[in-house]
Amino acid sequence: MEALILQVLNGLDKGSAYALIALGLTLIFGTLGVVNFAHGALFMIGAFCAVTLNRLLTLSHIVVDETQKDFLGNPLNVEVPYLYDFFGQAAGDVIIDWSVPISILVAIPVMMLIGVAMERGLIKHFYKRPHADQILVTFGLAIVLQEIIKYFYGANPIPTPAPSAFTGSFDFGAALGFDPNLIIYPYWRLVYFAFAAVIIGAVFAFLQFTTFGMVVRAGMQDRETVGLLGIHIDRRFTIMFGLAAAVAGLAGVMYTPINSPNYHMGMDFLVLSFVVVVVGGMGSLGGAVLAGFLLGVLESFASMGQVLEVLPGLNQVILYVVAIIVLLTRPRGLMGRRGVMED
Amino acid sequence: MSERKDLTRRRVLKAGATATAAGAVTPYFFTSPALADGHEGFRNAPKGDTVTLGFNVPQSGPYADEGADELRAYELAVEHLNGGGDGGMMGTFSSKALKGNGILGKKVAYVTGDTQTKSDAARASARSMIEKDGAIMITGGSSSGVAVAVQALCQEAGIIFMAGLTHSNDTTGKDKKANGFRHFFNSYMSGAALAPVLAKNYGADRKAYHLTADYNWGYTTEQAVQESTEALGWETVAAVKTPLTQTDFSSYIAPVLQSGADTLVLNHYGGNMVNSLTNAVQFGLRDKQVNGKDFQIVVPLYSRLMAKGAGANVKGIFGSTNWHWSLPDEGSKAFVKSFGTKYGFPPSQAAHTCYVQTMLYADAAERAGTFNPCGIVEALEGFEFDGLGNGKTLYRAEDHQCFKDVLVVKGKENPSSEFDLLEIVEVTPVDQVTYAPDHPQMRDAEGNVVPIGTCNPGA
Repeated sequence: MEALILQVLNGLDKGSAYALIALGLTLIFGTLGVVNFAHGALFMIGAFCAVTLNRLLTLSHIVVDETQKDFLGNPLNVEVPYLYDFFGQAAGDVIIDWSVPISILVAIPVMMLIGVAMERGLIKHFYKRPHADQILVTFGLAIVLQEIIKYFYGANPIPTPAPSAFTGSFDFGAALGFDPNLIIYPYWRLVYFAFAAVIIGAVFAFLQFTTFGMVVRAGMQDRETVGLLGIHIDRRFTIMFGLAAAVAGLAGVMYTPINSPNYHMGMDFLVLSFVVVVVGGMGSLGGAVLAGFLLGVLESFASMGQVLEVLPGLNQVILYVVAIIVLLTRPRGLMGRRGVMED
Repeated sequence: MSERKDLTRRRVLKAGATATAAGAVTPYFFTSPALADGHEGFRNAPKGDTVTLGFNVPQSGPYADEGADELRAYELAVEHLNGGGDGGMMGTFSSKALKGNGILGKKVAYVTGDTQTKSDAARASARSMIEKDGAIMITGGSSSGVAVAVQALCQEAGIIFMAGLTHSNDTTGKDKKANGFRHFFNSYMSGAALAPVLAKNYGADRKAYHLTADYNWGYTTEQAVQESTEALGWETVAAVKTPLTQTDFSSYIAPVLQSGADTLVLNHYGGNMVNSLTNAVQFGLRDKQVNGKDFQIVVPLYSRLMAKGAGANVKGIFGSTNWHWSLPDEGSKAFVKSFGTKYGFPPSQAAHTCYVQTMLYADAAERAGTFNPCGIVEALEGFEFDGLGNGKTLYRAEDHQCFKDVLVVKGKENPSSEFDLLEIVEVTPVDQVTYAPDHPQMRDAEGNVVPIGTCNPGA
């Protein structure tokens, strides 16, 4: 029982990342009809927004400490962040400690800008091209973006810790009446789950309850008719691309304390996120979110020792097995609509 | 300390016979007239006033940073061999055959290849350096899978392979080759060095849970650490394989406490280790008490780049390493000074082993008086040396594995810089990590000892 609860919790945070990326992918596909293979790269760039801000906040000047020696035996150059000079050491440490949450404020405009630039600069030229062309160009773009990040930040993972207030784990076992230590879960992963829920809720609310969202939804249903009504739907779709990029970026920012970011982290999520989109149903926002959490939880269950004893290697194929079963029984995915990618 | 072993007539005849036999079985691409340029009795014999070495390191992919450090070390070694810089460890090396005038009077040039940390890519780049660039020796790498693959290729091609960072027992165990040599330590040595330190610090009554990367190196490391710790009284409650592509280890770490284990051994390297350790610390394992003891985490193989990736999570965690820049011996100090002055930061263990391998190859050629791979093999087999940073070292003839002291390290509590992440806890003497060439961990899956074979000069 404890193991099951634990794997459900594990699946929820993994599912949160899948759902956020798949939501962005579906937004782009639903509005612009583009299969965006660079979406994982947007997740990765979001994570590097957090890395960059952390580096900016820790920008330092050198103070020579004669009492200590460096590896060559010279007086040690101690790096003192400029923040200490501006705000004092205590306040400076707090700001640096909270660099990941602060990065959210930076990542939203940066990611929207990147998204809009990407759509206007490259992807709009491929609207009328086959999906295969779109996949090739966006995949190529993803590789370029990842190599740019590698050039500036190196190939090694870069530790970007959560605020110290969120280190450690919550003992669900003790809270639920089980023995202590049986069901523990890191605080930051709970934060990630809550954050994902807020973002997903906000996107749905934006689409459901604002005029802008209503027009976008109408455009997703029938782009031509909306255009005939005199609405500049392309501009709105461009903004939606920016929004989707921001959602992926925020997912990346908040993921940095979970796994140290590196240049290929986007690729690790990309393929899985496409599986999520296909299982959820191409073009279905609700399907993307549902499938994200569902597959996250299933993947966690498949990683349990008891399961692997019976079916070794299941953890590595479970998502694809589910995708095959879903596509065989429900070819449009769990919540797919008729007519999407069926030309 | 150094010992020159002269070429005997019997050995030369043996090498010649081997070459003939090898010629009969060598694949066509290595023997076609267009490619084989070994007109002096061995492949890629240098004809002009230069000799070309092939540095095969990961320049792209997840180990690109480690590869970059290896390449820095190689460039430094070439500079020193050609008489540039301060000479580095040439001044402390017990053998005095190197004079700073290249190798055998030929200026050292080099070509580089990108292994991408993929066996097929590494073989392709090594093959290109051998066939197109005329490399006389191939060296480098950051993976045992790559090392084993490239070593086999070099054996076929009749080229010497001086392994870079490869830690699996198999490189000089069941997959050893006569043309291949490894200076780096291995999984057995890590287990043998770590276990007593772990027992001393954490007690002999521990229940260990292993998470192991699902590939060759992971298996040998798990086996080595498991056998060494169990011999001292530890119990292994579970050993779970994790996919090499895994990035989030939460579903593997969550069940650890439920198993009753009080120690987690992470048989992971590179990005796997960074992520699994980060996840384990996030789950608060180290804050827990199990079986009345503080929960502990162990990382059998450390590297500085991994420690840097895991950040503060490595604090207080034991592991082993081949070499560390803070070692006080003269060889290490000379190397750190050369490398640090040139590049502005201290070298990693990967850089050290690559530099040393280049020096050892060059020295062997000087002592043998030839670039002939069979001459190099003979000069390196049983060669004892000192002054290269690990104390007295033996290149054992039976398996071409270096035997030397092994460092047990711990994540530093208060690092003074991003390079000052590990502190040396113990220098385990070589006798404690030495094993018989036919040790069970060095055998194949059927328990057979795989012979090393004979050297192949390639022509």
